[in-house]
Amino acid sequence: MLARPGLTRFLARRLAQVVPTVLLIVVVNFLVLHLTPGDIVDVLAGEAGAATPEYVAMLRQRFGLDRPLSVQLASYVWGVATGDLGFSFRHNTTVARLMLERLPATLILMGTSLALAVTLGVVCGVTAARHVNRPADGAIAVLVLLSYATPTFWIGLMLIVLFSVKLGWLPTGGMMTIGVDLSVPRRVLDVAQHLVLPAASLALFYAAIYTRLMRASMLEVAGQDYVRTARAKGISEARVTYGHALRNALLPLVTVVGVQVGSLLGGSVLVESVFGWPGLGRLAFEAIQQRDYNLLLGILLMSSLLVIAINLVVDLLYALLDPRIELR
Amino acid sequence: MIRLRRFLHGFFRRWTAPLGLAIFLLVLGMALSAPYVFPDDPFAMVTRPLLWPGESRAYLLGSDMLGRDILAGIFHGARVSLAIGGAATAAALGVGVLIGALAGYYGGLLDDALMRGTEAFQTIPPFVFVIVVVVIARPSIASIVAAIALVSWPAVARLVRGEFMALRHREFVQGCRAVGMGDVRIIFRQILPNALAPIIVTASIMVATAILTESALAFLGLGDANVMSWGSMIGAGREMLRTEWYLTAIPGLAILLTVLALNLIGEGLNDALNPKLRDR
Repeated sequence: MLARPGLTRFLARRLAQVVPTVLLIVVVNFLVLHLTPGDIVDVLAGEAGAATPEYVAMLRQRFGLDRPLSVQLASYVWGVATGDLGFSFRHNTTVARLMLERLPATLILMGTSLALAVTLGVVCGVTAARHVNRPADGAIAVLVLLSYATPTFWIGLMLIVLFSVKLGWLPTGGMMTIGVDLSVPRRVLDVAQHLVLPAASLALFYAAIYTRLMRASMLEVAGQDYVRTARAKGISEARVTYGHALRNALLPLVTVVGVQVGSLLGGSVLVESVFGWPGLGRLAFEAIQQRDYNLLLGILLMSSLLVIAINLVVDLLYALLDPRIELR
Repeated sequence: MIRLRRFLHGFFRRWTAPLGLAIFLLVLGMALSAPYVFPDDPFAMVTRPLLWPGESRAYLLGSDMLGRDILAGIFHGARVSLAIGGAATAAALGVGVLIGALAGYYGGLLDDALMRGTEAFQTIPPFVFVIVVVVIARPSIASIVAAIALVSWPAVARLVRGEFMALRHREFVQGCRAVGMGDVRIIFRQILPNALAPIIVTASIMVATAILTESALAFLGLGDANVMSWGSMIGAGREMLRTEWYLTAIPGLAILLTVLALNLIGEGLNDALNPKLRDR
C-alpha cells in the first residue's frame, strides 16, 4: 500500500523541510543557552571553591568559551552539520558517544510505554464506546479521570511501595541486576522485570488520554453511513467494530501520538529519576543542572529529530490507514 | 437570567462537576485559611519526628522526619499550587488570546509566523524546556510561573486562532464592519465573547496541568525553596519511602484530588457551555 508513485517525492520534500526547522532549533537552543549568565566554567569554579581569575580564564580558553559568540555558534552549527555534536567536558567524552550510550534505555522505556498506552487506550476506548452510557462506560470514565489526575512521579513511587517493598514482586529501580552474569534470555527477562513499573507509570497518563480520544472517535465513526451499511449487510457486531469502524477511528489517535512524543520524553525525565533508569531523560536533567551545554544541546537536538521522525511516520501511517489521504 | 439558568442546569446536570467544585472550594479554603489556621512557619519543627497519621490528635496527618506538621504543609502547599496554577494560566491566556486573536483575525504573515513558530516549538519536549528555563533563571515562584506560561501559551493561541478564523467571516462581524466599528473593538467586544466558551474550558484544564508541572519541578528539587510545596514534600518523603511511605502518599493524594477537581469542573463547564456536545 505504501509503494505508490508519490512516496519518494513525498519523502524528499519532507526531508528538505526538515533542514530549515532543524537549523532554527539548533540556533535558537544555542543562543538561549549561551546568552544566559552562568556557564560550565562558573559551575566548575564554584565546585573547586576558590578559583583564581587566571584559572577561570584558562578553563574558558580551553573550552573555547572565550571566542565571540558568533564564532562559537558558527563552529557549533558546522559541527552539527558534519555530525560532530561536540565534547562534554563534564563527562570527558564526546556528546555523541554519551547519547548513543543512553539512547537504547530511553527508547526501550518510551517504546514500551507508548505501546502499552496505545493498547490500553484502544481497548478501553472501544469498550467504552460499545457500552456507551452503561456501567462499563462509567467505570472506564472514572479510571480515566483518576489516571489523568495522577502525577507520574507519584504513581511511580506508590507502585514501588506496593510491588517492590510490600509484595517484593519487582525490583525498585535500575535497568538490570548488576554484578551477576546472566545468559541472554535471562538478561532479557531481567530487564523486562525492571521495565514493568517505569513503563506502567509513564503509560498511565497517556492511556487515559487515548481512551478518551478513542471513545469519542469510535462514537463519531459509529454514526457514519458505511458503518450502517456494514451492519445492514449482516456482519457481526465485533467485525463491524474492529474491522470497519476501528480503522477510521484510529486516525485522530495516530495524530495525537505524534504530537505527544515530545511530552513523553519530558515524562521520562521524571520516571527515569524515580526509578534510576539510565536513559536520556536523566542525562538531560543532569546536563541542565551541571550547565553541560554541549550535552544539553545535543539531547535537545536529538529529541527534536525524534519528534520530527515520528511525525513523518505518523503521516505515512495515515496514508496506510486511509488510502484516500494523499501524501503531500 | 435564562442563560444563567441554562448554564447552571448544564453544569449541575451530572454529579461529577458539583463534586469537583466542592473539592476545589475545599482546597481553595485551605489555601486562604492557611496563615490563620497554621500561623507558624510550616518549615518549623513542632513535634516528635515521624508521627504516623492518626497517632497524635494534635497532628492529624502526622509529622515528617524533621518533626514538621504534615497537615500544615498540606495547607500551605495548597497556596503555592493554586497561586502558581492560577498565575501561569492567566499569563498564558493573556499572551495566547492576544496572539491567537490577531493571527486569526488578520491572517497573512503574522499567522504564518505564529504557526511556524508554534510548530518548531512543539518539537522541544515542553517539560524539559520548563526545567531549562527554571534552572537558568534560578528556581523561584516567578520563574516557575514564567516557564509554565511560556510552554502553555501556544496551545491557547492555536485554539483562539481557530475560533477567530471561524467567526471572522460571520454576518455579525460583517455587520459591525458595515457600521464602521474599529478592528480593536470588533476583536475584543464582538468576536472574543463569542469565542469564550472553549477558552474557559481550556483554562480550567490548564490550571490542572500547571499544578502537575509545578509539583513535578518541586519533586526534582527545582521548586521555590522558600515555600512549602506538595511536590517538594513528596521529594523529601521519598528518602524514607520504604518505611514511612505516608510522607509520600499524603501530598500526592492532595495533588491528585486538586487536579481531579479541576478536570471535573472543566468537564462540567464544557457540558454547560457547549450544550450541542452534551450527549457525546
